[in-house]
Amino acid sequence: MRFTKDHEWVALVGDVATVGITAYAADQLGDVVFVEVPAVGKTVKQGDGFAVVESVKAASDVYAPIGGEVVEANAVLTDAPETVNTAPEAGGWFARIKVADPAQVEALMDRDAYEAFLSTL
Amino acid sequence: MRYLPLSPDDRRDMLGVIGVPSIDDLFVDVPAVARRADPVDLPFHAGELEVEREMLALSRRNRSAAEGPFFCGAGAYRHHVPATVDHLIQRSEFLTSYTPYQPEIAQGTLQVLFEFQTQVAALTGMEVANASLYDGSTAAAEAVMMAQRITRKSKAVLSGGVHPHYVGAIETLAHAAGVATQRLAAAVDAEAAVIDAIDADTACVVVQTPNVFGAVTDVSKIAEAAHAAGALLIVVTTEAVSYGLLKSPGEMGADIAVAEGQSIGNGLNFGGPYVGLFACREKFVRQAPGRLCGETVDAEGRRGFVLTLSTREQHIRRDKATSNICTNSGLCALAFSIHMSLLGETGLRQLALINHQKAVALRDALAAIPGVEILTQRFFNEFAIRVPGSATEVVEILAGNGVIGGVPFARLDPAAGLDDVLLVAATETTSDSDIFFFSKVLAKVIAQ
Amino acid sequence: MTMLNIGRPTRPEAVDGAAGAHDTLTGGRGLLQDEALIFELDGWDKTGVDLPAAPPADDLGDLVRTAPIGLPGLSEPEAVRHYVRLSQKNHAIDLALYPLGSCTMKHNPRLNEKMARLPGFSDIHPLQPQSTVQGALELMDRLAHWLKTLTGMPAVALTPKAGAHGELCGLLAIRAAHEAAGQGHRKTVLAPTSAHGTNPATAAFVGYTVVEIAQTADGRVDLADLEAKLGDHVAAIMVTNPNTCGLFERDVVEIARLTHAAGAYFYCDGANFNAIVGRVRPGDLGVDAMHINLHKTFSTPHGGGGPGAGPVVLSAALAPFAPTPWIVHGENGYALIEQPEGEARAAFGRMCAFHGQMGMYVRAYAYMLSHGADGLRQVAEDAVLNANYLKARLSDLMSPAFPEGPCMHEALFDDAWLEGTGVTTLDFAKAMIDEGFHPMTMYFPLVVHGAMLIEPTETESKQELDRFVVALRALAGAAKAGEVERFKGAPFHAPLRRLDETLAARKPKLRWRPVADAPLAAE
Repeated sequence: MRFTKDHEWVALVGDVATVGITAYAADQLGDVVFVEVPAVGKTVKQGDGFAVVESVKAASDVYAPIGGEVVEANAVLTDAPETVNTAPEAGGWFARIKVADPAQVEALMDRDAYEAFLSTL
Repeated sequence: MRYLPLSPDDRRDMLGVIGVPSIDDLFVDVPAVARRADPVDLPFHAGELEVEREMLALSRRNRSAAEGPFFCGAGAYRHHVPATVDHLIQRSEFLTSYTPYQPEIAQGTLQVLFEFQTQVAALTGMEVANASLYDGSTAAAEAVMMAQRITRKSKAVLSGGVHPHYVGAIETLAHAAGVATQRLAAAVDAEAAVIDAIDADTACVVVQTPNVFGAVTDVSKIAEAAHAAGALLIVVTTEAVSYGLLKSPGEMGADIAVAEGQSIGNGLNFGGPYVGLFACREKFVRQAPGRLCGETVDAEGRRGFVLTLSTREQHIRRDKATSNICTNSGLCALAFSIHMSLLGETGLRQLALINHQKAVALRDALAAIPGVEILTQRFFNEFAIRVPGSATEVVEILAGNGVIGGVPFARLDPAAGLDDVLLVAATETTSDSDIFFFSKVLAKVIAQ
Repeated sequence: MTMLNIGRPTRPEAVDGAAGAHDTLTGGRGLLQDEALIFELDGWDKTGVDLPAAPPADDLGDLVRTAPIGLPGLSEPEAVRHYVRLSQKNHAIDLALYPLGSCTMKHNPRLNEKMARLPGFSDIHPLQPQSTVQGALELMDRLAHWLKTLTGMPAVALTPKAGAHGELCGLLAIRAAHEAAGQGHRKTVLAPTSAHGTNPATAAFVGYTVVEIAQTADGRVDLADLEAKLGDHVAAIMVTNPNTCGLFERDVVEIARLTHAAGAYFYCDGANFNAIVGRVRPGDLGVDAMHINLHKTFSTPHGGGGPGAGPVVLSAALAPFAPTPWIVHGENGYALIEQPEGEARAAFGRMCAFHGQMGMYVRAYAYMLSHGADGLRQVAEDAVLNANYLKARLSDLMSPAFPEGPCMHEALFDDAWLEGTGVTTLDFAKAMIDEGFHPMTMYFPLVVHGAMLIEPTETESKQELDRFVVALRALAGAAKAGEVERFKGAPFHAPLRRLDETLAARKPKLRWRPVADAPLAAE
């Protein structure tokens, strides 16, 4: 699993990356009440806002940690947005993206680097 | 000054507590160039009696609807509002409370909003409704913006039957936001031309029924055509009482229904404040403008209501909000809801039938006048007629004879070339003798 | 002697372990009735109006609505009960202090209500011949004169229906002016981080990009940052003055000069005009456009969320672009200019149907006549005095966000003084409810941590302010003494306890439905 400074995570299997927001981000947001996931088939660029996550008090853009084509969106979040809080780095994933350039994933932080980054916040 | 409780002693004591010698010391941050030593050049304070006298004098120079025959509509309708409504909305707790930001001590307002939203959803035949917007025209403009957000397309087709003031409000907002508008020619049967104007770029189609000429249309076919093109249908209604007689926007396939709610619970008030009704399909609700009230529970599990889905709104989402609206039309929505509760479905249906009956009687009386042509065939409580010459002049002469005889279409849209078209409305407040007197005077005016 | 020992007891008896307030058997609590929704009162066939019979509408064929609508009715006594019971669950300015900062919850004179209901104002149609509404047009013209004189500005657009609508009007006039001058490329609006949310929302709506201006340590616009961000791309700045920290922008004249030098316009958010009305004219500060919330400064009642009115005063440069309609006074009396043609050809369009919020104009004008030029000046002075008095009496216990110098009409505190108590700003606010007061504005402006913004207004007596001070000092003492439970569960004495907003947003239930939904339950 790889991480961004904007608190997204990426897990790459073959050329498909599963992406979501980190446990730290989910905790900061508080109770998630709604997630707007991207449409399947949409092409996203690294760094684009590709999803929106809402708590009662805030709406936050989620940036694509890598570029590619969205091949699946997590339908569970439509009816159970709280999954982002209960399992942010597992069942609370946002989308699966067919990666255009695997090197983008490699360039992200690993868990140790992300934890170190969090300790600076 | 009767509204200011502080006495000179209070002021002196308070300045002492603050630790400054004079009130001017609290205004030290004002640049010297803008500090005014004296009051501005306006009259000094006045007692209740003096104020009342001056206001009364101004009010007497207006001819109120109750003073005689009166037939104006065109987006504002004179109805009888039960005395209970005005009494209840003047309860301190409704009149002098703010937007319900603290739900534990605003359940009165919040429950009313929840009931209002349910009533509006039922009337419009839609799934959900918001807690009101400023008025029907701004609600229509917001609906166009919402359609653009949902479809990500940027053209709005406006039927020629939409009230020209509504067109103006829509164009102002749409053009500011970069949405193109295509307004079709004003005509009594304008809806017939709408389908041909829909294309792949169309975000929404805006139709009005009854339209500004009073014509009632089944817009189901327009809904089908809009949906086939990936566009939304927005149905505008300016006379909310018509919901009691006519098929609802929801039944005809509307995606967003907006209306002027003034007719129920609210007086004419020379054009405002009114209350904008806004209803839509549930799946679009996160793109809706304005406040939404929702049900929840409190810490002890008891039912309660809160403002919800606030992340759409300006105070949270700021430059990404669905609308900039903050204050809406709460007290007018309360008046609407109380009047609607008093009417009930039974009363509303009957009220609507009476309105239609009065308008039919008016139509029959005016149709008998040589030179008058009835332009609107199927209508609710308002229709258009053609008079010889200028409708504006006819209306002025009628006013000189004690009759407020309707709205010349040219006042709304002078460029339409419909100078001889007059819009006339009747409601339950219109008496048979009003109709008789109007038709006699109009016949005389035309004959001259 | 004769002994008469019948009848009711006349003294309360001591009872051990009496049931708590929330433990009644039916949900009613003394004067507070439990009240169902109108849809649950079994009124499906009822009506509270008596109407004559009418024949069916045979001529409308299949346009007629046949399916049930789903609207219950109430008889008049039931309706009165329903709404009176609901009303009792609201806080109101008529009941007690309502110190919502930025909202100016002041007394609403009942004379104004009476005047607005005169048939000559309430029962006239916006489109009846202008010759028959000369008094109404004159009232609007006089209101315009008062607003222009009080602000020192040459023009006013009356029609905007609330503050945010006024902001939209002002920015549209600015945009039209830029376009007319070949400056349509200006697409940026500068606004401080402390701005009302409506400012960036409005600017974005008009197609402008919002860039934030930094704030100085003393709560004002950072001039250096403003100067650095101004340029040929900037259409306008939006600055609230007095600002949302309750402070007067000392450098406002320089802000205006810099803005104008960069070819941009100065939009002032006038939400806080109450602090300076009659004492300072925004026109003297270099403002180009400013909305005035009649429902704040000029006391038209807020009605649980409107209606408001947000006329916009405009500088000479912007006046030609004002929206229709407006009023002119000629040989034949007053007339409305309703179409963008002739002298109104530069008008940017129309904000709404008809001529704006007449009912609010009447109330505001009656309020102005009552106060007069002298009284309005006193309004500003007393509003500022009251706020500074509260600040002075609370600053030893609570932490003022900007302790140096006077505030204007509202006093801003941060939550530094609550640090370590376990009590948050929200908890403190909810505990105020138990003491009978409406909380202050919380968590706004965004630039101050855990903000508490207190605006008492001029219509509070010293006695009421002192009551408020006693309550806040007692609560502050309790927080510092570690009485966390008093705050965490608060309110305990309101009609309801704290509400679950998460549940409301996760499973939106926005209307009553005839088929019983699964009952909501807290998770």
